[in-house]
Amino acid sequence: MKGLWNKIEKWLDERYDIQPMKEYIKHKKVPMHRHSVWYYMGGITLFLFTVQVLTGILLLMYYKPGENSSYESVRFIITQVKFGWLIRNVHSWSANLMIFFAFLHMFSVFFSGAFKKPRELTWVSGFLILALALGFGFSGYLLPWDDLAFFATKVGTEIVASVPLIGHWLKEVLRGGEDVTGATLSRFFGIHTAILPLIATILIAIHLLFVQKQGMHEPEEFKNLPEEKKKYIPFFPNFALKDLLFWLLIFNIILFLALYFPWQLGPKADPLSSAPAGIKPEWYFMFMFQSLKLLPAHILFLEGEVVGILTFGLAGTIWMILPFLVPAKRESNKILKIIGVFVVAFIVVFTILGYIL
Amino acid sequence: MGQTRRKFLNFLLSITGIGALGAILYPVFSYLVPPKIAEANVNSVKVGKVMHFPPDSSKILKFGREPVIVVRDKQGEFHALSAVCTHLQCIVQFRTDKESIWCACHNGLYDLKGRNISGPPPKPLKEFKVNIVNDELIISKMG
Repeated sequence: MKGLWNKIEKWLDERYDIQPMKEYIKHKKVPMHRHSVWYYMGGITLFLFTVQVLTGILLLMYYKPGENSSYESVRFIITQVKFGWLIRNVHSWSANLMIFFAFLHMFSVFFSGAFKKPRELTWVSGFLILALALGFGFSGYLLPWDDLAFFATKVGTEIVASVPLIGHWLKEVLRGGEDVTGATLSRFFGIHTAILPLIATILIAIHLLFVQKQGMHEPEEFKNLPEEKKKYIPFFPNFALKDLLFWLLIFNIILFLALYFPWQLGPKADPLSSAPAGIKPEWYFMFMFQSLKLLPAHILFLEGEVVGILTFGLAGTIWMILPFLVPAKRESNKILKIIGVFVVAFIVVFTILGYIL
Repeated sequence: MGQTRRKFLNFLLSITGIGALGAILYPVFSYLVPPKIAEANVNSVKVGKVMHFPPDSSKILKFGREPVIVVRDKQGEFHALSAVCTHLQCIVQFRTDKESIWCACHNGLYDLKGRNISGPPPKPLKEFKVNIVNDELIISKMG
């Protein structure tokens, strides 16, 4: 086996000079310290993205977009197709976990200060990937065409209309008309299965390239250690195997969730039925939903939700360009930590409020 | 001379490039905006026989493209209002316990005249006229 592998390697090396890549892999190392566990979050998110792509492709084999076929085909997948229920549940759970780990990854990068110079663009690309993940969640939510999906999309696309100047145009382009109809389904299907995957794959490739080029970030306290006290492990195979272990663990959690907490399919969407009582968005939109709910109808001369959307838009933009706004020096750490804790607390508190109020 | 000519050619090339980009993007963006579909101008809609409408009940039906909620209150009086919440366009419902119109999405509340009385809705619901002709309920646009 080893002989065969050596032959293949030699064959490739003769043609493509793979030595530099081999050297790179051999010398890539990962710092070991008490916060090393956070290094795995990005890898887990990437793993979950792969699960999404694979299960998504499988779902495509039976899913038929359309006002008279979406709901029926999802019901067919979960009731008739062998293991269809499993594939759909894994797809739904893995999507939720992917967004959860992307958030975890982002905040761990924030609190360790890894987003600062020279990793500004890694942060920006990561933020954009998270935004895309939310877009995946939003567009995929409509595809089963049940009542919750219908109203979530109605509210979500109506919120888009609050964007100044281009809001109405954007709403109509997203919906494929004035209302949420079969035309919206077609568009969301295209966005979910072609446009977003294409952009996400490119952005992930760029994000990973930046990480490879600059290596792992070393936290301040690790950097200040004397050289002999700094501990590293080789990326390959040590860190990669640990990565794999985490992936296996997460995959088992997904299977557990898929088996014991199957995803529901509500009644089919009906544009003439009232929004069901207790309607709530997915947990990752909950903090925004709850904030909008608590805003009064009018703030000064603007509608409440316009103020809310503009505030979230502004906050998101500042968060994305944060590495360009804060100095790389250490002194700013304390204020940043306070801001970070405030952001996390806001998200957590408003998410919980959304479920109990 | 050579430099000026080069600058001029670069300028021309940029203009052509921008023009070509515009020529590609304009049809793409126009394509993305869905065409307007002509709507039949609806002036009135028959809801059904009055006897099929017990007091304290409601029904949602289409008035052209717009969903309309018809409510018969406890006193037997009829009200017809747009069923589209003025906040974020969810479809509202009649709450018998509150004798009012409620939107489940963000807890908006309207009275039976359509006035927004609590929650985030910024405007009242549009009212429709209700007429009874030969025991048949007919709703039509106001004014």
